[in-house]
Amino acid sequence: MPSTITIFVNSKPVPATPETTVAAALLNAGITTFRHSPRHEPRSPLCGMGICMECRVTIDGVPGLRSCQTLCREGMQVQLEVEPA
Amino acid sequence: MSAPFDITVVGAGPAGIAAAVTAVESGARVLLIDDNPRPGGQIWRGDWNSGREGDWLNRLAASHVQLETSTAAIDERILDKGRKLILATGARELFLPFPGWTLPGVTGVGGLQALIKGGFDVANKRIVLAGSGPLLLACASLAREKGASVMLVAEQSDSAHLRGFTASLWRHPGKLIEGARLGLSLLGSAYKTNCWVESAQGREHVESVQLRHAGRTWQERSVLLATGFGLVPNTELAALLGCHVEDGAVHVGDWQQTSRPSIYAAGELTGIGGVDKSIVEGRIAALAATGREAEARTLFSDRTTWREFAAGLLRTFAPRPEVLSLAAANTPICRCEDIPLSEVAAHGNWRDLKLATRCGMGFCQGRICGSITRALYGYGPNSPRPPAVPAPIQALLEEREL
Repeated sequence: MPSTITIFVNSKPVPATPETTVAAALLNAGITTFRHSPRHEPRSPLCGMGICMECRVTIDGVPGLRSCQTLCREGMQVQLEVEPA
Repeated sequence: MSAPFDITVVGAGPAGIAAAVTAVESGARVLLIDDNPRPGGQIWRGDWNSGREGDWLNRLAASHVQLETSTAAIDERILDKGRKLILATGARELFLPFPGWTLPGVTGVGGLQALIKGGFDVANKRIVLAGSGPLLLACASLAREKGASVMLVAEQSDSAHLRGFTASLWRHPGKLIEGARLGLSLLGSAYKTNCWVESAQGREHVESVQLRHAGRTWQERSVLLATGFGLVPNTELAALLGCHVEDGAVHVGDWQQTSRPSIYAAGELTGIGGVDKSIVEGRIAALAATGREAEARTLFSDRTTWREFAAGLLRTFAPRPEVLSLAAANTPICRCEDIPLSEVAAHGNWRDLKLATRCGMGFCQGRICGSITRALYGYGPNSPRPPAVPAPIQALLEEREL
């Protein structure tokens, strides 16, 4: 079994593994809206491979990072513009 | 200034890995970089334990190739790293817009595959896959293996096209096995040809999907919809470096050389054709770049075979006119800037479209909508500017050194 680590999404703990991408960890935690479009439509990962930029989030204070291209690390702080449901 | 490496390879998918391993076995000093956190590209994604994929990944791990992941080549500074450059930047999915395609829960087909391989747990999720091409079956098979309920695989191509394609597979034994394996593992899921998605419904997330088959439409309750209509080459970096791009793919000669001296291209970048074409092109590029032309020549007939297979793929899975006209007036075409079809239609060329609407000027820089306008109207982005992939400002400020 891969070891379990904890990342924080808007300060709430979310379980993950070091092999999991941030996008996958968020989806696994039931988070479906990653951000909103200019006309305030909910958006989530589309391409899964770092092209579309729809899954971008703030990680450890750095905005605009592609959650599908970033692996989870213990204690990582992920900030979404909307409070996860 | 002497370059630190003999050969730089950009992209650690099948073509790039085959190129890097082949070049290092020729005694070259090789740097292999990839934007993703792990090697393998979109198709292999770091599965070390299975078949050919594991073989190549293990050969790479055992080699003296210097591998740098989570590293992007963003502009012409990549040329300073090695004397010769092999581009293997792969492909992305072609999305065709329909009402509801921007809803959370709607992903690409390769997109869903990538998310699952990244750890997305799909167990007990109801999934509809709709679009075109072999990736539909590969993704459906993976989703089922991970415990998902695959409700339907909707292939827009018609059965006559598919029969012709399947009949041609006997010449490609590797593909035949792959096809049979996929077919077998899918028993129990509905696979429909002549079938496509018309719209997705839901408020904050997809709840149902409207499909069309043989003149009939119905809704399928679904929590995920994976959609994609084949692949398009990632030509941005090649174009930025001045390599000639023709019909959306990098033009190469017999040695996989581009129009720019000392720059080679291999794999999906030179035309969509799958993993076998990618591997053989990667090997040829590396052999040619390390002065082993005679050996490269022995691979030409293999390459011809896989290029014929690739041409068959394109013919078989070309989008039918109906799936090119699914978007409604208010359906976003450019997702980054939320530009609907009504504003995108009727501009005549990419430049006018961009200036008038901001289509293609958002975060993805036209990578998604540009492929769509090319499919719909025959034009798209043609003069990419650096950075070739999104990069932090830090990366742009770095000195011209390694």
